[in-house]
Amino acid sequence: MKHVWPIFRREFGAYFATPLAYVFIVIFLFAMGAFTFYVGRFYDNNIADLQAFFSFHPWLYLFLVPAIAMRLWAEERRTGTMELLLTLPIPLWATVAGKYLAAWAFIAVALALTFPIWITVNYLGDPDNGVIVASYVGSLLMAGGYLAIGACISATTNNQVIAFVVTVVVCFLFAISGAPLVLDFFNAWAPLALVNAISSFSFLTHFQAISQGVIDLRDVIFFFSLIALFLTANVIVVDLKKSGG
Amino acid sequence: MIEIERLTKRFGPYTAVSNLSLTVNKGEVLGFLGPNGAGKSTTMKMVTGYLAATAGRVRVCGHDVETDELAAQAAIGYLPEGAPAYGDMTPRQFLAFIARVRGFAGAEARTRIDAAIGKTELEGVLDQPIETLSKGFKRRVGLAQAILHDPPVLIMDEPTDGLDPNQKFAVRGLIRGMAKEKAIIISTHLLEEVDAICTRAVIIDRGQIVADGTPAELLARSRYHDAVTIALPATIRADAVMKIKSLASVAATDVAISGDAVTITAFARKGALPIEDISTLAVREKWDVKELHAEAGRLDEVFRAITTHDAARTKTAAA
Repeated sequence: MKHVWPIFRREFGAYFATPLAYVFIVIFLFAMGAFTFYVGRFYDNNIADLQAFFSFHPWLYLFLVPAIAMRLWAEERRTGTMELLLTLPIPLWATVAGKYLAAWAFIAVALALTFPIWITVNYLGDPDNGVIVASYVGSLLMAGGYLAIGACISATTNNQVIAFVVTVVVCFLFAISGAPLVLDFFNAWAPLALVNAISSFSFLTHFQAISQGVIDLRDVIFFFSLIALFLTANVIVVDLKKSGG
Repeated sequence: MIEIERLTKRFGPYTAVSNLSLTVNKGEVLGFLGPNGAGKSTTMKMVTGYLAATAGRVRVCGHDVETDELAAQAAIGYLPEGAPAYGDMTPRQFLAFIARVRGFAGAEARTRIDAAIGKTELEGVLDQPIETLSKGFKRRVGLAQAILHDPPVLIMDEPTDGLDPNQKFAVRGLIRGMAKEKAIIISTHLLEEVDAICTRAVIIDRGQIVADGTPAELLARSRYHDAVTIALPATIRADAVMKIKSLASVAATDVAISGDAVTITAFARKGALPIEDISTLAVREKWDVKELHAEAGRLDEVFRAITTHDAARTKTAAA
């Protein structure tokens, strides 16, 4: 942990040292608001809940999280600081974890800044705040999942645009892996067990389950194991690049 | 303190470093020379653990870089090629980050940061983002970062690149000042730097060591080693060249005329010192000597001879 902290601190500080943090947060909040009120018709529903708000999170994250993830490693590689970072006496897992946690914490800050909508819905009606808390937790876990995928992909390249595009595509497949678009492709030939396994990777399904207000341990475990899996892959990718140059 | 044993690095079919063995002891400043692409940086990257070796091993202060990476890295101060640093941070923040990573906190961290800042003369730019600094300052930030933990082993890839002559002088002084207590490897293209600070020079070419010795030993390989250059009026040229050539200590001469003066360079026969003979001769002949000096040798010429000669030889072998 003593190794993770300096990395976390530097990375987290880096967001706020540049306009990146402010631009991101403004766009994040603006997009959240626009989708909730105009597309989700928050007022017209006449229901005091945040369903309209949370239902857009998987799709907004699809673009906003890769934008955060793309720079994690690709930028270090491009500017040469990777060489500095990897020759400091820090275990590689700690570097990977520190960077990841900083990015995740930053997204958590952006998400936390949506609190006015929570206040609004409580002012207008009498929502089930338990469901809202669960949805926030689910939303953050889902963002963490996207972010782990993005971090791993960022480590494979020194080109941030490539990292972004590939991450969006991979995250999209994970998001909708329970939908017919993906399942029909496998249905024709794959055994049922595999089809079920693929559909169980769906971020949407797990997120929707949590945002019903029930934090099922299985959904939480799903997100955490997915994050662990991709961060392990991230460590391996960085390590492999050491031998390959 | 640095032991490199049969180190090899291949990138696909290309061999960047081939079977390189080298030991650097405390008190040595090793100048790592070689043409671009010779494998200097690749070797340094393997010693510091940034690249994994294809074969061979490296030990730093007894710690194997592969199996005991963190202990080895803790003992190394490393200035990578181009002195990379986080551009969004100020030197103060950056050095604080390095201090935290190196495990220093509180008063000790402050003392160390201040010492590094003082040695690299960064006081004036401490609160400017690194990306806005000039090349010279960026290089000094990289140096400060490398020496912050007072490491027993210092590895610097072109430490004076981009510095002006005054800054070069200061950085060389800094390196000389630390030399006694540390094992230092610097890579450089500047041959005068080897002369100025290195106790040992290693020339590598295509991943292999082609010369290893003190700067004086390398200079002794030069055609110009102990050569004497004398400038005389052009009118006595033929006579002077003949008389100088006939000296037993002179192996050959080189003659260049510019305006009404002639410059004769007399190359020494192995082991002989023509400077005495030539000065005696000049006095006896009552020559109107405009210039007379002996040379220690020219490193750039040795460098060229070793690295291009070797290239030609390989070409012949391949054909």
